[in-house]
Amino acid sequence: MVESLVEVAPGWVVVAAVLLGLMALVGACVDGALAAHSDRRSMLAGVGKPIWETARLLRQRRRVLVASDPLLWRVGGAGLLVVALLMVVVVPFGRWTVADLSVGVAWFNAMDVMVWALVWLTGWGANSAHGLVGGHRFLAQALSYELPLMFALTAPAVAAGSLRVSDVVVAQQGLWFAVWMPVAFLVFCASVLAFSVWGPFSPAAGGDIAGGVLTELSSVDRFLVLAGRYALLAAGAAFAVPMFLGGGSGPFGPEWVWTFLKTAVLLAAFIYIRRLLPAVRPDRLVEAAWVIGLPVVLLQVLFVSLVSLGGGL
Amino acid sequence: MTLEAVLIASAALFCVGLYGALSQQVVVMVMMGLELMLNGVILAAAGLWWFLAPAPDGQVLLLVVITAMTVEMAMGFAVATLLHRSRESDMTDMATDLSG
Amino acid sequence: MISAVLFWFLAVVATAAGIAVFRVDSMARATYALAVSFVAVGVMLLLFNLEYIGVITILMMVMEMAIMGIFMIMFMGMNPALMPMSMVHNKRGSAILASGVFVGFATAVLLVPWPERRGTPAVDLTQSLGETIMGSKMLVMLTVSPVLFATLVAAIVLANPRGRYDRFGDDLRRRPPTGPGEGGPR
Repeated sequence: MVESLVEVAPGWVVVAAVLLGLMALVGACVDGALAAHSDRRSMLAGVGKPIWETARLLRQRRRVLVASDPLLWRVGGAGLLVVALLMVVVVPFGRWTVADLSVGVAWFNAMDVMVWALVWLTGWGANSAHGLVGGHRFLAQALSYELPLMFALTAPAVAAGSLRVSDVVVAQQGLWFAVWMPVAFLVFCASVLAFSVWGPFSPAAGGDIAGGVLTELSSVDRFLVLAGRYALLAAGAAFAVPMFLGGGSGPFGPEWVWTFLKTAVLLAAFIYIRRLLPAVRPDRLVEAAWVIGLPVVLLQVLFVSLVSLGGGL
Repeated sequence: MTLEAVLIASAALFCVGLYGALSQQVVVMVMMGLELMLNGVILAAAGLWWFLAPAPDGQVLLLVVITAMTVEMAMGFAVATLLHRSRESDMTDMATDLSG
Repeated sequence: MISAVLFWFLAVVATAAGIAVFRVDSMARATYALAVSFVAVGVMLLLFNLEYIGVITILMMVMEMAIMGIFMIMFMGMNPALMPMSMVHNKRGSAILASGVFVGFATAVLLVPWPERRGTPAVDLTQSLGETIMGSKMLVMLTVSPVLFATLVAAIVLANPRGRYDRFGDDLRRRPPTGPGEGGPR
């Protein structure tokens, strides 16, 4: 279906930002509804919660801390949204894309590494023990998920023979990559949860350390970090669509609808997982990720490489 | 943007790094100086490649420099950890056993 | 024109951040100033159309600096945000030497008659890089891989205080092994 992608003018990045914000809001509303549901209230009652919460945070007075490092703290908090936006600029929306970089896949990878620095800075800047423990937890977790994530991103690139996201989309005309490289797809999804500090991979913001990196955040800073988390989840879901789920291809209708729909479904699944799985301690995750996760993903890449050498499926 | 401009910028980076590597006492800060010097080397190599001979092989040199940086970091951290464990210190002045 | 302005801006950012590394008091700020310097150089590489190398430089260096920050704070053993410090030796000599080297480099750069450009860059530089390291320059890859592997092993040997005999006992039969933490499935 997607024969060729059109690269639109850089000014359209504003539209990309609006779409990303919309997706993040959808994610937050779904989470609010699920939270209300688990409290045995009607789901409708919780849908609006993120909006009231935003209004409350924007009116809140900023907390001032002794010997904090405001520069690094603010950079860490505001950076998450920026990184999420930089991730989605390489994601094709239907047949349009803002920047079809020749190394789009590596670009996404570089941006998710930025999250390492930003989350740690958010924890460090506050000059709070809980925040610092949270930041260190995140880095320990990052060391576990990053290599499997890199190889999970390698698999579609190998199958497409290109690091360009549009080439990866075109290579999935016949069969979605999620179907014949399921391990890479699952590892990618898990890594999206991990770099968004979400669900089973949220000990960096865990309740046992009073919210970890979120502990001391207040007012607009807190809003930016919470919104940044949802935006990262949304950006990860959006990137999975061209990488594993066939991009904008669908049985009928315009392509952008399918991109939107697939992203929304995957995002909703990400949000739902939060209430399904317990948190994984980073020190336990390290061994599981390196001893089991990494070899399995490498076998997946080997399989994909052999299939590609044999002329593809 | 000319070759001279690129090389002067890279020389500035290299010399800032050189100052750091020579003057710092803490092992990790010395490593930061070395990193900065290699940063200058990367920029210079890229500039020379682009302005003089943009053949494909030149890029390999950049990969080698990046690898060298990685190796330097890994070994530097390992030695710093060992030093810290055995001497409770991370200062270069305390680790002069091999200086003649 | 735009690329020249962008280049000079990035060059100033990279150098200023580099100087900041040795001027700021906070360990975290020093580490992330170095990260900014690397990101600026990575973007400069993008100006030379070296997309893959540029993006990889940014990726690797941000990762390294995130880890380096932890080492810095771990080894310094104090709150550097609160305590201004000067941990330098021979500041004057180093400064003189570094400026001397810079003046030497700069003169050389300006005086050397640089040759004309030979050859043209490939259309897809990433692909040409891949073909080079898997073709004519394969020896480089063959050397780099064992070097990196040796580094991994050597770094762990140096840094790890506990070997398998500490974990599994002298006859390697202790089950479960003892360790400071549990650390995942056994």
